[in-house]
Amino acid sequence: MAVGITALGTYAPQRVLTNQDLEKMLETTDEWIVSRTGIRERHIAAENEFASTMGVRAVQDLVRRHPDALAGVDFIVCATSSPDALFPSTAALIGGEVGLAGVAAYDLSCACSGFVYACATAHGFIAAGIARRVLVIGAETLSKIVDWQDRGSCILFGDGAGAAIVEAVPEGYGFQSFALGADSAGGPSLYMRAVADRIPGVEKDLMAPKVGMNGREVFKFAVRVLGDSGQQALTKAGLAPADVDWLIPHQANVRIIDAARERFGIPEEKVVVNLERYGNTSTASIPLALQEAVDAGRVKDGDQLLFVAFGGGLSWAAGCLKWYGGAGAMVTGAAAEVSA
Amino acid sequence: METFEQVKEVIVEKLGVDADKVTPEARFVEDLGADSLETVELIMGLEDKFGISISDEDAEGIRTVQAAVDYIGSKQ
Repeated sequence: MAVGITALGTYAPQRVLTNQDLEKMLETTDEWIVSRTGIRERHIAAENEFASTMGVRAVQDLVRRHPDALAGVDFIVCATSSPDALFPSTAALIGGEVGLAGVAAYDLSCACSGFVYACATAHGFIAAGIARRVLVIGAETLSKIVDWQDRGSCILFGDGAGAAIVEAVPEGYGFQSFALGADSAGGPSLYMRAVADRIPGVEKDLMAPKVGMNGREVFKFAVRVLGDSGQQALTKAGLAPADVDWLIPHQANVRIIDAARERFGIPEEKVVVNLERYGNTSTASIPLALQEAVDAGRVKDGDQLLFVAFGGGLSWAAGCLKWYGGAGAMVTGAAAEVSA
Repeated sequence: METFEQVKEVIVEKLGVDADKVTPEARFVEDLGADSLETVELIMGLEDKFGISISDEDAEGIRTVQAAVDYIGSKQ
């Protein structure tokens, strides 16, 4: 059965924090940040905005674009690294707010790889007959957990949310393969504590309730794993780098994306990058980039997409997707029935 | 090809500098203009080229072209 994305919606908070704003808060410069990361500004959640409220806004955007999109949703998966609470899940909170109370819902914790993991999960549920129409969300308020004293990391992150409907699509479209992985050996390179006062490999005095990061280690890992996992996903799908119309990477750092792209052999003009305006929004970054590329008419019906992501864990996730943009993108009941 | 020439190739590619600037005494940051991420890319380039793994701690000590050549020599 072919399963793909049929609808998208996104949200970014109103408040924009520029590099010039950061110059007033930290010992840093716009030039330093742009040359090391490519980031110029990021959106920051208001005091009363959290992953669930931003996820709701993304779902509302999706409904505005596709009014019938929530009809028949029978599973909600929310990928987030900054959930409102350990429980209730952010997915359940969002479901309750958008008229889906009672629908199965849970959060998926896989840091920045989460959106692609959630797509794989949704695909699996649908293929196994557990669900038919899954609402996949990536929602983050990283600004509330980054260490604003650490000029090496706080400049990187931003807040945002994305929502997608994953369901049956006509044959020839949809997800063709996934390549997923995780290795806790790299855990100390990027972490955020929760209940335990220890994480293997992290020194006790570095266990503040804030995001901890070793930039050099993450950079090395990311550059290698983006290329390797992307190649694995392509190979599984019987594709080559030359078949990719659009590489849609997790938007962490343009230097990572460039280095990975070069190793991979995909030309710059085939890569979707919008991190200059959002920073690293973790699980929201791929939907935010994809939505912009679709809206701009860059990603079109039948285009071959490749998602690649990496994050805390350390984790990684790549996925090949033949983009379904037919009939205004939304497959209504009839088309879904035919291919099911 | 001797190690120095191979190291030089990686440096020219990763740092985008002229080959004649890559002398044994040249320092990556001060003389060849590498920024923090370029030094990481350089270390990765050397790891790939020579099939070795360079720990973060060791990488900190590799500040000149000669230091890179010596380090690689000690690993082979």
